[in-house]
Amino acid sequence: MKLFGYRLPAMSSLILWGLLWEIFGRLEVTYFIPSLSAIFDTFLEIAPTKVFIKAVSETGYAFLAGTFYAVVIGVPTGILMGKNRIIDELLLPWVNMFLSAPLTALVPVLMVLFGFGMKSIIIITTLFAIWIIILNTRAGVMQINRSLVDMAKSFGAKPMDAFFKIYFWAALPEILGGVRIGFIRAVKGVIIGQLLISIVGFGALFELYSSNFLMKHFWAIIIVLFAMAFTLSEILAYFERKVAYYASKRG
Amino acid sequence: MSKDNAVTVKNVFKNYGETEALRDMSLDFPRGELTSLLGPSGCGKTTLLKIIAGLLPATSGEVIVNGQIVKEPGPDRAFVFQDFALLPWASVIRNVAFGLELRGVAKSERESIAAKYIGDVGLKGFENSFPHELSGGMRQRVGLARALSVDAQVLLMDEPFSAVDEQTRRKFQEDLLNLVKNENKTFIFVTHSIEEAVYVSDQIALLLPRPSRVSEIIRPTSFKNKDVDSIRRDSEYLDIVDRIWKSLRTYVE
Repeated sequence: MKLFGYRLPAMSSLILWGLLWEIFGRLEVTYFIPSLSAIFDTFLEIAPTKVFIKAVSETGYAFLAGTFYAVVIGVPTGILMGKNRIIDELLLPWVNMFLSAPLTALVPVLMVLFGFGMKSIIIITTLFAIWIIILNTRAGVMQINRSLVDMAKSFGAKPMDAFFKIYFWAALPEILGGVRIGFIRAVKGVIIGQLLISIVGFGALFELYSSNFLMKHFWAIIIVLFAMAFTLSEILAYFERKVAYYASKRG
Repeated sequence: MSKDNAVTVKNVFKNYGETEALRDMSLDFPRGELTSLLGPSGCGKTTLLKIIAGLLPATSGEVIVNGQIVKEPGPDRAFVFQDFALLPWASVIRNVAFGLELRGVAKSERESIAAKYIGDVGLKGFENSFPHELSGGMRQRVGLARALSVDAQVLLMDEPFSAVDEQTRRKFQEDLLNLVKNENKTFIFVTHSIEEAVYVSDQIALLLPRPSRVSEIIRPTSFKNKDVDSIRRDSEYLDIVDRIWKSLRTYVE
């Protein structure tokens, strides 16, 4: 965007909103919204503490494990659904249902089935991310150019070759789109898991800070979380752009 | 049939549910020659080509390639696609070598074979380009190089020049004549262009729709050994083009 002939750097609107927040906080309108600079000071204060590092590593572990399963299960499932009518008919209603279902309501069931530990948190994270990954992969495979499939067959491709050398690559732009949205949903999943299943990681910090009305601490954690999700999404968007050239002109 | 046929189609039927795409189709493809399948849309020419390729099963009847009944695609046949069917994420050299890659040929070996054919089709210097950086004509040259590099005896070409511009197309047709002369392969060439079929073919199978059948087989004789520039002025060439149009015109809406 350009303003008065100057090119504004990307995301400069964030600076504006940050300034507004700072002013609002300094006016001390409400105790619940401290100024941004105070939140930042608090962040620097708690960042090196053991509690915070433990929270980051617990959350990071649950998030990475959850998204790992979502990708390695979701992508092949999506490819199979896109390739095979029968598998598609069998699974599609479930995928659509879970995509829109309030997964939070499933948490008690998961707790009964898998206990109160990390396992349940990882599963809920996977459940948040996987459905959109499946659907996007499926969509990517379904719009694959038929003659690419014929080409592979005519040169004697075995099913595994076709799977990894044609279907996966042909659907890659959609797969990455799905993974990006899935990862953002997984951030929600991991926090909900930590709040509802067992109070660990960031969930524990949220609980601690909000029940003690430590608003600066509370906001610091939220901003850290936002920043992490945003960075992740931008990294994936970068890879998506790298393969976008063939999404628009396949064939 | 004592004459040497690379491909024989015997009493092939193909139904899609209720619709009859091919009815009792029988056709011989002499070795080392180019046979065109020519006809209006809906006459089943691409269907027949895909059955020969092993990409579609025939409802009944059989296709014999070099004495073997066709059940699935095999290394004796290579396909050139109307829309090129290149991998958009792979370089020219990987695309050309892809047929060999699927057959498990080692990387250095398949790339040296691919490099040779990239040179043969006139794309030297474009080995590391990507399909989206090439023109339509160049992309089809990649498709052709890929089909040549697996060294199949039968080349199946499904309207290969219909997606390239007229001038490129003429150049392709001339190159194809040389290819047939030098490569000693059997070509089966689907087209809807009468002039193109007469220009490049040793034998033209004229297919008519509803029900799909071989209505005529034409073998041009007099202009086959002339040089590429005088074919289009040859009187037999013009007569055949005229004759085919007369048979086809009633089928064109």
